[in-house]
Amino acid sequence: MDNKNMSIIERIKDSDIYFSFIKSPTAIISSIILLIIFFSSFFVELVAPFNPFDPSSLSLMDAFTPPSWSQDGVSKFILGTDGQGRDMLSTILYGSRISLIVGFSAILFSLILGVALGLTAGYFGGKYEMIVMRITDVQLTVPSILMALLVDGIARGLISKELHDEMAIYVLIFAIGISEWPQFARVSRAATLVEKNKDYVSASTIIGVSNILIMFKHILPNILRPILVIGTIGLALAIIAESTLSFLGVGVPPTTPSLGTLIRIGNDFLFSGEWWITFFPAIFLVVLAFSINLLGDWMRDTLNPKLN
Amino acid sequence: MKIKSLAKILLTLLLVFNFSSAWAANTIKWSMQGDSLTLDPHAQNEGPTTMVSRQVYEALVTRGLDMSIGPQLATKWKAVNPTTWYFFLREDVKFSDGTPMTSEDVVFSILRAKQPTSDFKEYISSISSVKAIDKYTVQIKTKEPNPILLNQLSNIFVMSKAWATKNFSIVPQNWNASQETFASTNAMGTGPFKITLREPNTKTVFKKNGKWWGNVEHNLTSIELLPIANAATRVAALLSGEIDIVTDAPVQDLGRIGSSGGHKVESTPQMRTIFLGMDQGADQLRSGNTGDNPFKKKEVRQALYQAIDIEAIKKKVMRGLSEPAGIITFPGVTGYTKALDKRLPYDPEAAKKLLADAGYPNGFDVELRCPNDRYVNDEAICTAVVGMFGKIGVNVSLNSQTKSKHFKELKNKKGDFYMLGWGVPTLDSHYVFHYLYDTGASWNRVNFTNARVDELIKVMEGEVDLDKRNAAIAEAWKIVKDDISYLPLHHQVISWASAKSVNVPIRPNNEPLFRFSSKN
Repeated sequence: MDNKNMSIIERIKDSDIYFSFIKSPTAIISSIILLIIFFSSFFVELVAPFNPFDPSSLSLMDAFTPPSWSQDGVSKFILGTDGQGRDMLSTILYGSRISLIVGFSAILFSLILGVALGLTAGYFGGKYEMIVMRITDVQLTVPSILMALLVDGIARGLISKELHDEMAIYVLIFAIGISEWPQFARVSRAATLVEKNKDYVSASTIIGVSNILIMFKHILPNILRPILVIGTIGLALAIIAESTLSFLGVGVPPTTPSLGTLIRIGNDFLFSGEWWITFFPAIFLVVLAFSINLLGDWMRDTLNPKLN
Repeated sequence: MKIKSLAKILLTLLLVFNFSSAWAANTIKWSMQGDSLTLDPHAQNEGPTTMVSRQVYEALVTRGLDMSIGPQLATKWKAVNPTTWYFFLREDVKFSDGTPMTSEDVVFSILRAKQPTSDFKEYISSISSVKAIDKYTVQIKTKEPNPILLNQLSNIFVMSKAWATKNFSIVPQNWNASQETFASTNAMGTGPFKITLREPNTKTVFKKNGKWWGNVEHNLTSIELLPIANAATRVAALLSGEIDIVTDAPVQDLGRIGSSGGHKVESTPQMRTIFLGMDQGADQLRSGNTGDNPFKKKEVRQALYQAIDIEAIKKKVMRGLSEPAGIITFPGVTGYTKALDKRLPYDPEAAKKLLADAGYPNGFDVELRCPNDRYVNDEAICTAVVGMFGKIGVNVSLNSQTKSKHFKELKNKKGDFYMLGWGVPTLDSHYVFHYLYDTGASWNRVNFTNARVDELIKVMEGEVDLDKRNAAIAEAWKIVKDDISYLPLHHQVISWASAKSVNVPIRPNNEPLFRFSSKN
């Protein structure tokens, strides 16, 4: 069949990826879950039953309402309320938006940084390559959560107290991003080493295409597959890293809680039987990270079986 | 030869260790959410700080388990005329380093507590002179007759003059300027315990002071103070046996602790009132958006007052363990009456109208500063009132931080709107006025100033006719209550939770006295 005459949907339908996707129930289920989560998080103002950050809509007397199906539950608070009378479902949706924004931005940051360094290192080689790769080696010996804590701590020391809360989210993105880039650098360098000896690169070099153009226009599209795979799995890691930092109290401030902050706040009520305040954000986080991981696994099997 | 002596030393150590471990096990592990701010007994007038000092330092007179004043370092005292007092000291008192305590140390300590860097100077501002008559007699003169001198002296701790001099700690540490001195991390008192290890915010170890003069009623060899900020972690530590007693058990967990079998919970109304202060002195709010200071208007203060649904806070945040307050003092204090303690009604509609009348129909912005490890559920209370203020259109942002930062910034005149709690160790209203309402007083961060109140405070200090003095107190309370210079919230109820094997008598000022404690 002639590819040129097919519409984009037909081309997708005809591809191996689509075939493998509809053959894989885990991929279908996890992407449906993710679509629902992404949609409800980004259009949270339309989806959430309440705005938990509008103080005038809250009533302290609603605090500690259990989930609607339990004895004292109220139908308007499906998952119950927290200690300030905020609807748990709405709080979780607002919180997951923050977690997702931080996760996506952090992984994008480390992807750009890692790929740029890895690609240039693989392409140019020599001392430059050695230096970049040794840096990644050194950083890989430090657990990424420690790295993020360190960066976060230093950044907080440098930023004035008044700006902390406003800057917290950017600091967090930077801290997580900087702790994850070596993965991307290594993979893209390895892939570049393979690609740069291929004929199309030599051909481009001979006709005098500039190095920059060769790297980013010719090599990059050909090494995208493995990068996408580790990017997807890295997204789950970044979301969990964000939650961990927020749980430890160094992430986003309680005024704009992410999932990790919600779990931390709810933790105070675990002994007193108000389990839903920490349980639902935690379960939500698990489902989110698990779905991304399953999708990532499927992508790895499909796009780059060699990585397996 | 060398090996032999080494073996001897090892053997001795082994014996000593074995022998001591047979009885050295009696350690009470004590936890609360925050730590003492400093060990310097005169640098910071703050609850947990005094709690720690009280175990190692002693005063001329002290309050016993029943809160009545009794002798401590002084065995008796007499006033030869209304302004001249003689204190006769106990002669067998030694500091924990073995040096005897004499009148020189008492004079030194009182003068030290009057230094500008002392946070206890307001307690004894009425003292005009103090001198040693002989080795065990101290003469104290007051400017005017002082009916509450003994109450005030019960919080002025006596430290060793020689030790303070040797260690460059003659004046109290300047806590507001974050100064560190030897005396801020070490202690040398005459009390039943001595501090052997101090790691701020982590661990403080008290050992039994073998040289203590008193009759030992406790059976402890040591106390360990291990602050744990997180409520759930603190409760988990208590339930697992890692901690023996928690002197600020989280209200939400009392049921869980009580049902554990091996633990007990005791609650008592605490002598402490929680309130919010609004700076009425500044011309412009530091965190505002209106270019002026809305707090200067009484209507605004009253609007905020009536916007607070204190019953909801009592029910949901405090789980019933609080008593709504109308003034910053509580039953048992001279001058307290039920009528004064009545609050203005909760009425958000009236509050909105008051705001509009004052010229702020759309509200204003302000930042509320709160501690998050000092009072029972402090941060949760602040979050709740922020929501309530939001409902009348006042947009409050919350800045909650650890108490050492909160108090330091407060005393350095940062912030417009803040939470504070006030106990009254002297059990007399004068203490509240002197610290919170007197023009220019150190904790008067709302910049309240009223010539008549200042006058009345003078009367409270010097009037020995009790009827006249009580009338002055009543008049002063009426003035400050009508002015709404602070927003009183509630009187705190404290709960202590401990293992059943531990017996530490609960006291309404929240100060444990480990010399009356035991562990089986």
